[in-house]
Amino acid sequence: MNIKADFPALIEEIDYGTPQSKAQKQVTLNVDGRSITVPEGTSIMRAAMEGGVEIPKLCATDMLDSFGSCRVCLVEIEGRGGTPASCTTPVGEGMIVRTQTERLDAIRRGVMELYVSDHPSGWNEQAGTGASEFDAVAKSIGLTENRYGIEGRNHVKPEGGVAPGHGSLAVDYIARDESNPYFTYDASQCIVCSRCVRACEEVQGTFALTIEGRGFESRVSAGMHEAFIDSECVSCGACVQACPTDALREKTVLAKGLPERSAVTTCAYCGVGCSFKAEVKDDEVIRMMPYKEGKANHGHSCVKGRFAYGYATHKDRILSPMIREKVTDPWREVSWEEAIAHTAKEFRRIQYQYGRTAIGGITSSRCTNEETYLVQKMVRQGFRNNNVDTCARVCHSPTGYGLGQTYGTSAGTQDFDSVDFTDVAVIIGANPASAHPVFASRLKKRLRQGAKLIVLDPRRTEMVKSAHIEADYHLPLKPGTNVAVLTALAHVIVTEGLFDEAFIRERCDWTEFQDWASFVALPENSPETVGKLSGVDPELIRGAARLYATGGNGAIYYGLGVTEHSQGSTTVMAIANLAMATGNIGRPGVGVNPLRGQNNVQGSCDMGSFPHELPGYRHISGEAVRDIYETLWGVKLDDEPGLRIPNMLDAAVDGSFRGIYIQGEDILQSDPDTKHVAAGLAAMECVVVHDLFLNETANYAHVFLPGSTFLEKDGTFTNAERRINMVRKVLEPKARYADWEATQELARAIGLDWNYEHPSQIMDEIAMTTPSFAGVSFELLDRVGSVQWPCNEKAPLGTPIMHIDAFVRGKGKFIRTEYVATDERTGPRFPLLLTTGRILSQYNVGAQTRRTDNSMWHSEDRLEIHPHDAENRGLRDGDWVRLTSRSGETTLRALITDRVSPGVVYTTFHHPDTQANVITTDFSDWATNCPEYKVTAVQVGASNGPSEWQRDYDEQARNSRRIAKLEAAE
Amino acid sequence: MIMQPASTEITSRTAAIIQELKGLEGPLLPILHGIQEEFGHVPKDALPVIAEALNISRAEVHGVVSFYHDYRSHPAGRHVLKLCQAESCQSMGSDAIAAKLKQLLGIGFHETTRDGSVTLEPVYCLGLCACSPAAMLDGEVIGRLNDEKLDEIVAEVRS
Repeated sequence: MNIKADFPALIEEIDYGTPQSKAQKQVTLNVDGRSITVPEGTSIMRAAMEGGVEIPKLCATDMLDSFGSCRVCLVEIEGRGGTPASCTTPVGEGMIVRTQTERLDAIRRGVMELYVSDHPSGWNEQAGTGASEFDAVAKSIGLTENRYGIEGRNHVKPEGGVAPGHGSLAVDYIARDESNPYFTYDASQCIVCSRCVRACEEVQGTFALTIEGRGFESRVSAGMHEAFIDSECVSCGACVQACPTDALREKTVLAKGLPERSAVTTCAYCGVGCSFKAEVKDDEVIRMMPYKEGKANHGHSCVKGRFAYGYATHKDRILSPMIREKVTDPWREVSWEEAIAHTAKEFRRIQYQYGRTAIGGITSSRCTNEETYLVQKMVRQGFRNNNVDTCARVCHSPTGYGLGQTYGTSAGTQDFDSVDFTDVAVIIGANPASAHPVFASRLKKRLRQGAKLIVLDPRRTEMVKSAHIEADYHLPLKPGTNVAVLTALAHVIVTEGLFDEAFIRERCDWTEFQDWASFVALPENSPETVGKLSGVDPELIRGAARLYATGGNGAIYYGLGVTEHSQGSTTVMAIANLAMATGNIGRPGVGVNPLRGQNNVQGSCDMGSFPHELPGYRHISGEAVRDIYETLWGVKLDDEPGLRIPNMLDAAVDGSFRGIYIQGEDILQSDPDTKHVAAGLAAMECVVVHDLFLNETANYAHVFLPGSTFLEKDGTFTNAERRINMVRKVLEPKARYADWEATQELARAIGLDWNYEHPSQIMDEIAMTTPSFAGVSFELLDRVGSVQWPCNEKAPLGTPIMHIDAFVRGKGKFIRTEYVATDERTGPRFPLLLTTGRILSQYNVGAQTRRTDNSMWHSEDRLEIHPHDAENRGLRDGDWVRLTSRSGETTLRALITDRVSPGVVYTTFHHPDTQANVITTDFSDWATNCPEYKVTAVQVGASNGPSEWQRDYDEQARNSRRIAKLEAAE
Repeated sequence: MIMQPASTEITSRTAAIIQELKGLEGPLLPILHGIQEEFGHVPKDALPVIAEALNISRAEVHGVVSFYHDYRSHPAGRHVLKLCQAESCQSMGSDAIAAKLKQLLGIGFHETTRDGSVTLEPVYCLGLCACSPAAMLDGEVIGRLNDEKLDEIVAEVRS
């Protein structure tokens, strides 16, 4: 397929200048002779643009509130004096507006003349692209002369090293700031329109920028006149996107020129699922530009989505299939045909020798729905067993279970837009500012408008306190006590009579509620008792409970700090109970919202990746469901659930599980108890890794199939709000096959008759067989942009908010949530509790972000430790420390901070040499086996450097990544 | 020489000032005034402390401090002489006055003499237009500047 023909041009989004008005009442006005009807409160500028009349502007853009500083968008209004700014003047009924008159032309030319006199022009090193909005406005206004000269104080570099303030020319020249790896700040091009400053405040909510000085000395300043990299800037790029000149510009654009074509696609990082325009020139991505129509992000992004795509062309990417006999051999590059044939032969041999169930597959939350569907289909139809699992096992499997039990669906209840109606937000075990940054920006915006915030987290995260936001309640609970604290919140709600009886009687089972209420009311669940074991002040628990129950629309957002515990599923149920008891379900602004970690972790769960479920969360034991697939696929399906990832590894060690196909997941790094994972993989005879890079798991692989990035394929991702977003191919797969094609090749080689020509056909099969996807098709997605499942006859355009009139399961189910302390306890040998998390610039195990300039912000994992605990151990900031648990030990450097409480230490897990999962135990959630990553009893002590395991591991990894020199051409 | 206080001392003295004024509505300007009074200038090390205490960003504090010329980033001389350069004074010859003063003091605008005796600054209208050209020495306005008055001023600041 010739992709260039598919993308005829660069997608240009219209900038209406000011945000949309949400008013109901319509107003009609006349602009340049055209009658235009818009909602009340719309600016004249926006109304004109909606009617097709473009008013020149510099300081206005529709991502930001109007500002009225550039004086270019002036208009005349009949019956009014002067020339008001169209961006700050709202429309009025019957208003007659003129945007083009001689007087206006003269004023605009005069203003532009002043701007241009202090602004470099043309396309060259000093002038940037020459194709900025500013350049376009100057052109459209038709400036022909400049009475003030063009040797502006700001932009002409002083000769002979004249210091600022001392030369006759160019007194205010400032050298360019190149400190950020992705964009440049050139003050000489700046027109001080404040768009960047406002974007940083209004859209991103970081407030890292300001205008310093006044008059001619006014400049954009990051932090306190700091370099961007040293300032509070989080490199989200909103300022670059907002800048109408080339003062803030992507380095790729300056180096390679403007993009030529683009396609709308979906970010492949976190579960927010931001829509982007992937902008390309000469088969190279020039930039990722957030798409304003994207319903998850509305034109915003974070540093990962916008800038960290460099991994796609990183030299570490493996582009040729490889095989080897033993994992101690070097890799041998082979053709796709040979690799596929070899794999098929090995899998067949293993099944013949050890039985049908001796092989399995792991689907990826990074891949598309279509690809995931194919992997589980290959396992069920081709391997003829149910040994398929996915990385959601280690993150949100308790969400699926807990919400499934209580509400009847395994997903969040809201869309992200719902946050705009929230009065009290509760964040539990999540740090959206780092892990879901675009959602964090939206939440922060709502908080600045006055919504209240409750945070349950062992750590004082950025959401607890940062510029212009502060949690009303922060409950710094001890890791592992979630259930106790949530039940204590319920205790307060029940004993103080704060529950919503009408809602409960109508929507839930009243007797079940009474049973639950009598349980939570027990004295052992009181804040006073729970306070002792969780370390949280009982008054904070009481205050938080009252606020959530009575503060208006209460919405709960939670992350892996909830699920990755031995009582993860119980915690999810406790959350569900709270929302039901307070009636916070089924309308905008409320709900229970898991913040899912990966771009398509929701989708991979939806697609039947679990060993006990077919697509759409239908149990494999259901005959009717099996029937659908048996008829379509022409095979008899195994009616017994297959093995979960930990069981596969156990079985491998036992010798009954011998081969595995792992698509896009690095289980060695991301799964608990690294040594056990390594032992399991080492015991297998055919480990197939299908990935972009030789990841850690590939150290134990026999076959490596090169993967494709999200830029190289078509398909869909489903984000945390159940939104199915399109992924569109903008580049040809570098390694020949998109992942779905590679899986199809393998399936054919083991004898399946698959003939998909395009992922849309796979989605058609999904829609045909899965009721909640019945209405989904690529044609629909192309037409409406995205839909949230369920999407079927009842909801042809999807379902933004679930459980509106009734719960999916009928009556909402209250479930008792008894607190059982984890078996992982502190004691004299291991007196501290380790918990883990993420940082903004890095993503999960870091396979992608470590291969981008994002590493400038976070080049190693550090151990956060409270000053008291550090003092006791004689540790100073930056010291190497040994971190020891019952499972193992590792070393890393200490970071002394009171963000963590005494007794708690914290680290991230982005770097493979840290091996944080060598430390974690094999305790897991009672219901779903989701590992207990968030609680490990540890000891910390001074160290001289890497542990023995780290050294051995390094050695093994180096050896196993060897690739043999290619022999003479075939 | 004027000694710069150590940064830990700045932090603690700044924190005390913030504590006292934090309850005011719009506390940032009063706090900055308090700090300037305490240190004779607004030390850069004080800004992050203010930002943290008011829960705003460092950038925002910097934006405000740098907007007002009256907040100094460095300590001034023992005397501060502000010479009006606005329209009325210009029309009455303040340019020439400025040139003369610069020559007498050996410094330019925004500079302090090497002995630390005086800092010279331009100002844009003292509201004393009827007595142009005008100046302000250590908060006291002086009108109808001429050569004699300049000599007096210079003698005073040098003493």
